[in-house]
Amino acid sequence: MSIFVDENTKVIYQGLTGSQGRFYGLRNRDYGTKVVGGTNPKKAGTDVDGIPVFASVADAVSETGANASCIFIPAPGVRDAVMEAAEGGIEFIVCITEGVPAHDEAWFFNKLKRDFPNVRLLGPNCPGIISPGKCNIGITAGEIAKPGGPVGIVSRSGTLTYQALYELKLQDIGVTTCVGIGGDPVPGTSFIDCLEAFEADPDTKAVMMIGEIGGSAEEEAAEFIKNKMSKPVVSYVAGVTAPAGKKMGHAGAIVSGGKGTAAAKMEALEAAGVRVGKNPTEAGELMVEVVRENGWA
Amino acid sequence: MDLLEYQGKQFFAQFGIPVSDGRPVTTVDEAVAAAEAVGYPVVVKAQVHAGGRGKAGGVKLANNADEVREHAGNILGLDISGHITRILWIEIASDISEEYYVSFTLDRSAKKHLGMLSKEGGVEIEQVAVENPDAIAKIWIDPVDGLSEAVCREWVLAANLNPSVTDGAVALLLKLYTAYTEGDADLAEINPLIVKTDGKVHALDAKVTLDNNAEFRHEWAEYEATQVRDEREEAAHAKGLQYVGLDGTVGVIANGAGLAMSTLDVVNQAGGKPANFLDIGGGANAEVMAGALQVINDDPNVKSIFINIFGGITRGEEVAKGIIGALEMVDISAPIVIRLDGTNAEEGRALLAPHLSDKLVSKPTMLEAAAAAVELAKKN
Repeated sequence: MSIFVDENTKVIYQGLTGSQGRFYGLRNRDYGTKVVGGTNPKKAGTDVDGIPVFASVADAVSETGANASCIFIPAPGVRDAVMEAAEGGIEFIVCITEGVPAHDEAWFFNKLKRDFPNVRLLGPNCPGIISPGKCNIGITAGEIAKPGGPVGIVSRSGTLTYQALYELKLQDIGVTTCVGIGGDPVPGTSFIDCLEAFEADPDTKAVMMIGEIGGSAEEEAAEFIKNKMSKPVVSYVAGVTAPAGKKMGHAGAIVSGGKGTAAAKMEALEAAGVRVGKNPTEAGELMVEVVRENGWA
Repeated sequence: MDLLEYQGKQFFAQFGIPVSDGRPVTTVDEAVAAAEAVGYPVVVKAQVHAGGRGKAGGVKLANNADEVREHAGNILGLDISGHITRILWIEIASDISEEYYVSFTLDRSAKKHLGMLSKEGGVEIEQVAVENPDAIAKIWIDPVDGLSEAVCREWVLAANLNPSVTDGAVALLLKLYTAYTEGDADLAEINPLIVKTDGKVHALDAKVTLDNNAEFRHEWAEYEATQVRDEREEAAHAKGLQYVGLDGTVGVIANGAGLAMSTLDVVNQAGGKPANFLDIGGGANAEVMAGALQVINDDPNVKSIFINIFGGITRGEEVAKGIIGALEMVDISAPIVIRLDGTNAEEGRALLAPHLSDKLVSKPTMLEAAAAAVELAKKN
């Protein structure tokens, strides 16, 4: 099994006719994802390499039965695109777009929670989600992930996620689902949402969690792991040596006033029984140990 | 993007928040002219992106032209925590009867806006938060609902401000919330928010941080013009690179913010000090790589360069071609250590092999590469 997406997930791409949307939409289809349509009000009735383009998400849903959407719309249009997806009947929205204003993110996070409690948003500013061998939505390179299990991955960083997938593959260890929640201040899906789903997924035996400096999401996740999780968690937090007050690329990755430091996060995770690696390689090795010790692969 | 105080006040004024009359100036003569225009007494205030201006001697009261001349002369050029004062704000002095604190910011944990209001303003609010947390009235605002007048009034009452200013405070806070949301601010803070002797509520200071991601819907060119970046950061931004200058000797280039941060970590763990954070993004073509190498090469502190690339969608051989192409475009003085891993890493390393020398080293893992880069930096 996997979490959030699987071989039955039918995906539409909002922004399929743009260069990024087209590139990754086709790439995801090549991987085996059920890509059933795209939207563009000006190009309804046309197609992108055989994928039909609809005027709106609502049209696409009624014609194809799509239940997931992947947004490649430029930042100024993301707020409307997210709401169009929810109102159009999409249950799982993946927003790849980076550079979305924080006020927009805060607004649609709360709007969805209130008016569309069953809709899950992943992102913005995330690499997407992959259930290896079943469904890949977003920009993750599918070939670096081994299908199956027993590991579930959740991460705030794109390239570090690839690194984790790859190191596990080299050790012949499979992944149920790998979720990139993104590095923005108000991510639609949190570490805790993913940990909860992995805890409930019978095929996921252990979870790798990759954090970053800034905010308190890792500390909150540590609290959840301590109280609610039976499965082992291995973690790495990037930015141990990042100077305070400097933005490090991701909007969310900033340390201010001594809060959100990697040291504080690692301490909280270790106190919750998480094995924490001091670099991605060490975290990968710890995960391999956990899997081997338990005879899961 | 952090605004200077005077820009913050101009930003507030656009939303109808009362601020003191004043003028930004850059010379002593302009300062005197500004003081004559707004009327004495005036306050001469250094405009720098740093706190602690008062303690550093950057804020002075002046009662006449001679005093303005003296203070402006002293403050222009003043170094405040490493920031040289180039702009002054000359504003009419206020008669203060009370000093409060107010701010709006995003609470990432609650995923709602957080308003903080205290009657103990004019001091470090962090100190109040530690010593007397009950003195700060907090309110969490759902962005969908916004801040209603009724809720705002309850909040003001909860903060135990002087009851006579309740109406004035409510009116100002509603405007501040509008400025914070419609103005796309990450932070809108007034400390102190004052009550003048005539009973009017007024913003005596302004600390505003704008969300760069929202620039597409605002006119912020004027604010951009006064941003201070170090030269290296300026050059990198011009090339569209995500760069943060640090003070070590190992130049770092990586793809992806997480991997770049992680690279700083392993350089430190190997006993070295990174000279910078540089994220070249997902791809790694020759042009982007050349631009990145140029920026690093121009930094005189750099003694070795660590290129850390994980090929995801960008395959190893493309990355290798990018590096080889970049080396042809830029004449690099420091030795380079490359760690290339991920999709088609073997093919990529094979392409690099004929170019390897004591100035261009390839290591298969991140940790080995970090160790090699640190060793080279120490040797040079």
